[in-house]
Amino acid sequence: MSVPSDRKVAARFRDPGALVPRSMRRQSVGLPELSELQVLRHFNRLSQMNFSVELGMYPLGSCTMKYNPKVSELISGADGMKFAHPLQPIETVQGLLSIFYELERYLSEITGMHRFSLSTAAGAQGELAGVLMIRKYLRDHGQGKRSEILVPDSAHGTNPASATMGGFQVVKVPSDSNGQVRAASVRELCSDRTAGMMFTVPNTLGLFEVEVAEVCQAVHDAGGLMYYDGANMNALLGRARPGDMGFDIVHLNLHKTFATPHGGGGPGAGPVGVTRKLAGYLPVPVVSKGKGGYTLDYDLKHTIGPLKGFVGNSAILLRAYVYIRLLGASGLADVSSLAVAAANYLWKSLDAEAYPPSHGETRHRKHEAVVSVKSELPGAALTVAKAILDHGMHAPTVYFPLIVHEALMIEPTESEPIEMLDEYAAALNEIYREMKAGTLGAVPAFTSVGKIDEVKASHPMTLRVHW
Amino acid sequence: MSVAQRRHPLLPNLDESLVSKMLQKVGASSVDELFSDIPPNVRLNRKLKLPEGVSEYEVRREVQARLSRNSTPPGSLCFLGGGVWPHYVPAAVESITSRQEFYTSYTPYQAEMSQGMLQALFEYQSLMCDLLGMEACNSSLYDWASAAGEAVRMAARVTGRRKALIAGNAGPQRCAVIRTYTEPLGLELETVSFDKKKGTLDPEDLKRKLTTDVACLYFENPNYFGVIEEGVSSLVEIVHGAGALAIAGVDPISLSLVKEPGAYGADVAVGEGQPLGIALNYGGPHLGIFSVKDIKLARSMPGRLIGITSTVADPNEKAFCMVLQAREQHIRREAATSNVCTNQSLMAVAAASYLSLLGKWGFRRLGEVVISNSHYAAHRLSRVKGVKSPHFSGAFFKEFVVSYPKTSAAAVYRRLSRKGVLAGYPVQKSFDIGQAGLYCVTEVHTRDDIERLAGALEEAV
Repeated sequence: MSVPSDRKVAARFRDPGALVPRSMRRQSVGLPELSELQVLRHFNRLSQMNFSVELGMYPLGSCTMKYNPKVSELISGADGMKFAHPLQPIETVQGLLSIFYELERYLSEITGMHRFSLSTAAGAQGELAGVLMIRKYLRDHGQGKRSEILVPDSAHGTNPASATMGGFQVVKVPSDSNGQVRAASVRELCSDRTAGMMFTVPNTLGLFEVEVAEVCQAVHDAGGLMYYDGANMNALLGRARPGDMGFDIVHLNLHKTFATPHGGGGPGAGPVGVTRKLAGYLPVPVVSKGKGGYTLDYDLKHTIGPLKGFVGNSAILLRAYVYIRLLGASGLADVSSLAVAAANYLWKSLDAEAYPPSHGETRHRKHEAVVSVKSELPGAALTVAKAILDHGMHAPTVYFPLIVHEALMIEPTESEPIEMLDEYAAALNEIYREMKAGTLGAVPAFTSVGKIDEVKASHPMTLRVHW
Repeated sequence: MSVAQRRHPLLPNLDESLVSKMLQKVGASSVDELFSDIPPNVRLNRKLKLPEGVSEYEVRREVQARLSRNSTPPGSLCFLGGGVWPHYVPAAVESITSRQEFYTSYTPYQAEMSQGMLQALFEYQSLMCDLLGMEACNSSLYDWASAAGEAVRMAARVTGRRKALIAGNAGPQRCAVIRTYTEPLGLELETVSFDKKKGTLDPEDLKRKLTTDVACLYFENPNYFGVIEEGVSSLVEIVHGAGALAIAGVDPISLSLVKEPGAYGADVAVGEGQPLGIALNYGGPHLGIFSVKDIKLARSMPGRLIGITSTVADPNEKAFCMVLQAREQHIRREAATSNVCTNQSLMAVAAASYLSLLGKWGFRRLGEVVISNSHYAAHRLSRVKGVKSPHFSGAFFKEFVVSYPKTSAAAVYRRLSRKGVLAGYPVQKSFDIGQAGLYCVTEVHTRDDIERLAGALEEAV
C-alpha cells in the first residue's frame, strides 16, 4: 500500500496516535497484509467465478438485465463527477446540475408525471417515498384514518414491505384466472380505509393490465391514491405512460429500464415522480432551475423529508442520462418494441407442453414471459434453473410471482441478438427432455462449485470468519 | 415501427428481416399488434418529446464539456466533509470494481454461478466486523443516513418502545433521514444536548432524558463536529442501564486510531463506507454500513446477508450464498424487516478491496497521516486573524469546526469557493454555536494545500 505523507507535517507529530485520548485509542486492527498483486489476483480470480451480462444471457424476469453502454462508465469516471462533493456550493456544479435537471424533464415526459425527485437510491426506496407521500398527503387532507394499501397477489415483495414500512396494512388483491386484476375486485376491496394501491403494469406475469384505467378510477373514487411500480417500464417506453393511465406516483428503476449497471446487487437508482397535486410532497432535494441557474431545493412545502444523506446516486443518474441521449425518442420506442418482440419470440420457441404459460395463453406477452415447468417432480423449476447454468447462461427468475406454480420468469431484453434467444429456448427444451427421460444427472455440474447446501447456511454463525 | 435504414449498436435485432422472423414465430402481423391490448385511451399516440439519439462520440463530448465546468479537484481544493470525505481511491480498487464480471452481474440468486460476488461480499462483511468490533454486518444499505434510519426502526422493533434519543451533535442530514424513516412508527424523537465548549454529548442531559420508554440512543463518534466522544463508554453504560440500545454512527477511517464501537459496547454500528475506496460522486453511490454486536440481533437486521456453507456433495468444499432470507422482502413480504432489495453491493466490493490493499499496517499509517494533517491544519488556521480554530476543545480526528466571531459562515464558504477552495461548510443555526464552518483534512492534503487554504481563509474572513 502507499499512503502519502507530507514530511514537514509528519515531523511535527512523532506520535500521531497520541492525539487520540488514551481511553479512546484503538488497540489493533485485524486486517490482512497483502501486496497489491496478491489482492488483484484474488479479486480477479473471484471475478472469474462470477457470471455477468457481458459474459452471457442473463434473463432474470423483472430485472431487465440489458447491456450497460461502456461509454456511460467512461463518462462517469470524469473528475467533474468523481471529485464533486455534495456539499460544495451549487455555483460550482452547474454543469452537473444541468444534466440532472434535463434527466428529470426526460423522466417526467417518459412517464407522464409532473415532477421527479432523483434522490431515491433504489426502486424500494422510491416505493417507500411513494408510500410516505400517500400517508402525508392524506393526513394533510384530513384523511389520516385511511390505513390500507391494496397490493395485487402477483406483486414484487418490495411492494407489501414498503407499505408496511409506511405504517399501512396490506390488503391483497387477487388476480383472476386470466392473470388480470379486475376493477370490480378492486372496487370490492375499497372502502373509506383505502389509502391507495400499488400496481405494476405490465404485471409480473408479463401481461398488460387491460383494466388499469378503471382500477385507477376505482381507487380514486374511494378516495385513495395510485402508485405505479415502474420495474416493468421497459415494455412501455414510447407506447404508454403511467401518467395517462391515472397514476399519481411513479418510481422508475434506472438500473433496469435505463441501462445503468446492476453492480452485483447495486448501486441502482429509483427516482420517484408525481402528478402536480403531489409535487410539494416529493423527497428532498429536487433539482430546480431559476433565474440564477440550477439549484437544489430542500424547501418543498409539504416534503416528506429526505430519505438519503445527499442529493442522490449521482453517478448512476449520469449514466441514465447518457443512455437516454444515446437512444433518443425513436430509440427508446425501438427498445420497448424489440424487448417485447424478443420476449414473445423466446416464449413461442419454447416447447408449449413442457413450459405452459401461466395465464392468458392466447395473449401476447410484453417484455417478459412467465411459464410453469410441467412436471410431477417437486422442485422442477429449481432443477431447470440449475441445469441451464451448465449451458453457460443464467437462469430466469424462479418461483416468482407466487401465484404461478413452478414459475420461470424470462426477460431477455432488447440487448440479446436473435441467435441467443434461439440458443436459450433450445437449451430449455433440451433440459426438459432430459428431465423427463431421467437423464439429467446432478445439476449444476460445470459451475465453479456444485449445488450448494443453502439450508445449512441459514444460521447466524456463518456470517463472518473469525480470526 | 420503421426499421428500414436504421441500425443501433445497442439494438442487435433492429433489422427488418430479424423483426419479421420474430413476428412470424409469434404469429403477429406487426410489432404494433404486440401492443394492441393496450386500451386506446391510454396509448401514447405521439413520439416522446425527447431529443433524438446521438452518437457515442457526441454524447461523450457534450457531457464531458459540461462536467468539466464543475469546479472540483484537481483544479480546486476540497476540504469538505460532513458525512462523505475526500480520500484517495487506490487505482487497484478502481480496477477491481470496473471488472465487468462484477459490475454487470446482479444479486446472486443462483449462488453456484455467482461465487465471485458472494465471496467478495462475505469478505466485506468479515472485514467490517473486524473493523467495527461487531459480530454481523450486512452486505450494504444505501448510505449512512438510511442505515441510521433503519437502525432506529430496528431498535423500536426489538424493544417495543416508542421513543428514541438522537445526539444533538449528530449530522443534520442523518437526523432528518431518521425522522423520515421513523415517522410512520409514531416514534417520539428527542435530542440530547451537547457541551458547547467541548463539542461532546452531555451525559447529564442523557440521564435526564433516558426513561424506560426509550428504545435507543443514536450518536456519532467522531460526531458531526469531528470531535471524538471521549466519554462514550459511560454514555453506553447509561443507555444500557435503561434497557435501551446504543447505536453508534461512525466514519470507518477513524477506526484506524479511534476505539471501535464493539469495544465500547455499542449494540448497533452504522456508518458511511464511502471513504473505503469510493469516490465522492456528488452524493452517491455510497455505502451504508449496518452491523450488530449480538448475533441474536442478526435475525432482525435489514439488508442482504451472505453466509459461508458447503456444497451438497462435499461438506468440505466451501461455498457462499445468501442467508437468513426469511427476513427479507422477497420471502416475508409485508412482514419483512425492511423493503431493501437492490443495495450498494459493488461499493461493498470496493470497500473489501480497499481494506485488503491497505491492510493492518497501511490502515493504521493512514490514520496517523490523516490526524497529523488535520491537527497541523487546525493549528495553521488558528494563526488566521478573525477565526477560532479549532472551535471546540474536544479531541478530534479529521474534521474540526472553525468559528468566525465577526464574519458570516455562508460568506466565508462562498468567498473561499471563488478562490478555488471548497471548505468551511456552514454549521447550521440549529446547533447554536454562532457563525462557524466545518473543515475536513485528510491524507490527500499537502502542506502547500493547507497553506493555500489558510491564505484563502485570511482573505475570506
